[in-house]
Amino acid sequence: MKPAPDLSTLNSGPDRRSFMRQSVLGGSGLLLGFYLQPVGAADAIGKPARLENTPGFRPNAFIRIDEQGVVTLISKQPEIGQGIKTSLPMVIAEELEVDWKDVRIVQGDLDPVYGGQSAGGSTSTPNNYNNFLRLGATARTMLVLAAAEIWQVPVGECVATNSAVQHVPTRRRLGYGQLTTRAALLKVPAADAVQLKNPKDYKLIGTRIGGVDNLAIVTGQPLFGIDVKLPGMLHAVFEKCPAFGGKVVSANLDAIKALPGVRDAFIINGTGNLNGLMPGVAIVADTSWAAISARRQVKVNWDEGAVAQQTWDGFVAQAQALAKQPGSVQLRKDGDPAGAFAVAAKTVQAAYSYPFVSHASFEPQNCTAWFRDGVLELWAPTQNPAAGQNLVASTLGIARDKITLHIIRSGGGFGRRLSADYIVEAAAIAQRVNAPVKLTWSREDDLRHDHYRAGGFHHLRGALDAKGQLTAWHNHFVTFANRVMRDGQSVLQPGSGASLSGDEFPGRWVANCLLEQTPLECGIPMGPWRAPGSNVFAWVFHSFIDELAYAAGRDPLAFRLELLGNKDIQPGTGERGVPYNVARIRRVLTEVAAKADWGRRKFARGQGQGIAFHFSHRGYVAEVAEVTVSKAGELKVDRVVVVSDIGSQIVNLSGAENQVEGSVIDGLSTLMFAELDIERGRIVQRNFADYPLLRFPNAPTRIDVHFIKSDQPVTGLGEPALPPLAPAVCNAIFAATGKRVRQLPLSRTDLSWQ
Amino acid sequence: MSHYSLNINGVLRQVEAAPETPLLWVLREQLDLPGTKYACGIGACGACTVHINGVPTRACMTPVSTVGRKQVLTIEGLDPNGAHPLQTAWQELDVPQCGYCQSGQIMTAAALLKENPNPSDAEIDDAMAGNLCRCATYVRIRAGIHRAAEMAAKKKDGP
Repeated sequence: MKPAPDLSTLNSGPDRRSFMRQSVLGGSGLLLGFYLQPVGAADAIGKPARLENTPGFRPNAFIRIDEQGVVTLISKQPEIGQGIKTSLPMVIAEELEVDWKDVRIVQGDLDPVYGGQSAGGSTSTPNNYNNFLRLGATARTMLVLAAAEIWQVPVGECVATNSAVQHVPTRRRLGYGQLTTRAALLKVPAADAVQLKNPKDYKLIGTRIGGVDNLAIVTGQPLFGIDVKLPGMLHAVFEKCPAFGGKVVSANLDAIKALPGVRDAFIINGTGNLNGLMPGVAIVADTSWAAISARRQVKVNWDEGAVAQQTWDGFVAQAQALAKQPGSVQLRKDGDPAGAFAVAAKTVQAAYSYPFVSHASFEPQNCTAWFRDGVLELWAPTQNPAAGQNLVASTLGIARDKITLHIIRSGGGFGRRLSADYIVEAAAIAQRVNAPVKLTWSREDDLRHDHYRAGGFHHLRGALDAKGQLTAWHNHFVTFANRVMRDGQSVLQPGSGASLSGDEFPGRWVANCLLEQTPLECGIPMGPWRAPGSNVFAWVFHSFIDELAYAAGRDPLAFRLELLGNKDIQPGTGERGVPYNVARIRRVLTEVAAKADWGRRKFARGQGQGIAFHFSHRGYVAEVAEVTVSKAGELKVDRVVVVSDIGSQIVNLSGAENQVEGSVIDGLSTLMFAELDIERGRIVQRNFADYPLLRFPNAPTRIDVHFIKSDQPVTGLGEPALPPLAPAVCNAIFAATGKRVRQLPLSRTDLSWQ
Repeated sequence: MSHYSLNINGVLRQVEAAPETPLLWVLREQLDLPGTKYACGIGACGACTVHINGVPTRACMTPVSTVGRKQVLTIEGLDPNGAHPLQTAWQELDVPQCGYCQSGQIMTAAALLKENPNPSDAEIDDAMAGNLCRCATYVRIRAGIHRAAEMAAKKKDGP
């Protein structure tokens, strides 16, 4: 790397003892507050992560270097399996010029010192990447300066490399551990004044680094929320009404309290917030098994309420009736759709639908809470710790500064742990118990009290002219909504990811375009599910585009490229619209076609390729699936080729490839199996026996993962590779069999052929 | 409550538990062995897989009263140094995402490799079909089992 900057640039920062919050880059979007105060390490879960008065050099809240040269880096984002606990510290380590083997990673608590800490929307990387480069560079700059001062040489003659500073002319070296005392006396330079490395000199970023918790995982060490253990801790279960929104009238609490190992049983009245603290019966016991056993004896008299009238079949009937009327909201109208359909050479019409699905994160929801002296301490496997703190504060009337939240590794997230219902439940139980208490949901609780990915119904029409070009597009989307109060008004609010944007592709690309949406009221709680909206919209629209391509007698890739056109940027609509970088999507699309030999291979009947692309969460991804469908209709996905453009840099190549492979198979699992039925206002399915996930024999034989590095900002990968999978597979099924899949999951469609 | 003397990872451990208590909860809460995971409670996912007398078994479906003096092996006891070829391969290939299912995956795979030191993909799929991975690391688990088989073979043939 280049030598450090001149001394004169280093005098502008605040004193390191001032505890002043420093704005690194200015501008609200990039503001990173970091207190210049001690941080510390926790060697086990369940202990506070931020220790005061730990020795060493602490240039900011994320970095500590001790005299032995051990570098401790704080991971501020929740780890849910997306690999952020490894990848963001790599960014600091790169600029810090530290050997990865010298680095220890510590999970930070929820703490304003770290800035925003929500792991959702694939934002952890884009929101933190540039700041983390500067955090590392700031510390490295100070270490170089410390060495120059010790040697009494110009700082420009010193470079940092491999956890040490070298004086280039004399080849003298001082390890970081030897520099900590001196560095700790220096003023912290302004982070925007430090010099960043040239990305071509990166040694760590872009390489394959194993997850920092892998050893603990493979040896079964306590790591997850469910593994938290505190002295004197009790165990709780919470029985909620199986019909959503139901209330407790009475329960056999005395009988339950008399059961072995049971310490207490009580009713929690809860609130009317479907995504908050719902009413139920809490049972607190010495062990989980005592609580689970007692729960089998519980008899609750429920007031099931109005939602108990709702059924999936009823929703389907309502949706069909609503679809016959004009949409209640017009999301987009371009040109003259009616006129274009009237003169079309060919019109294609189809209805697509998908059910509610669950997150089924593998570690069931759980949270440990300890309420004492008006102070609440929480140990939560969560994607959104601030949401947990806020919901507890607003629901239970505990001031936010009296709530400490330890972020614990989550056994999967997929959006489920952006919700905080299980956290507020644990807190409400802890308020009644004079001990730390761990609430653990059963799998049945998890499946039947999720905040679900909403079902939906799309009614599509497309018009083709005599040249086989798409001239008009019409979609009437009937979607699910909850009734909520907003500004004193009762309104229908579509679920998370259940609202279509007027800009969703191919909106903006078709001259005559009408997009309508109608909400269908339900009492089913909904929440974000990996790539919200995109995870279904990509399937619907790229399946229908495929139908149009075949109707036009065109190659599905050529048809898509023509639709995308030659413009490089498609501006967003209105003030909040997001521009679509057409050049990036064209590039991944043509690249995936090349890698998969699209159009250059002959397939036997029952085999075929399908193609799809999607832009979401700042990522541009195209996929080709190759499938074999037996005559009996059994699907085997032989190969999936994925090309992604998520910016100028992949941080951790191993983690990135893992995310893509996981997204592909998660997408396939959901496509093939995921379906919840609703009867009497409750979810029918109970466990993995009737809500199957994909198993080994159905996993694709081969997934080819490619990245294109563009000149764009570095962005996240937890979500964008999932949406194109379902349409790519369904389009391949059509190519193989002539069967078009218009209803999810796949098990609803007979794929057999003769 | 009854008293049980259990042979866990080669050590005799004493516990008081109701007879029907699943071994899973005894391991996790009374014996401080939380590597065995709860995920379904009905034997449908494999997260709680342990070996009982060498046979991969669902701890969530095994009442403590049925264990007797049979040898119970958990992920914590798989290798004294945490260096079983599967544990090494898992780290080398960076198999885990969230990691929650992986101790169960490794325990099932360890039993497979004992019986079949060099399994094919199809044999792996067959043996591992009872273990779910919600993050869908199946491709890497397959590769990890092959890699572990390779390492074990080298160790055997080596000096």
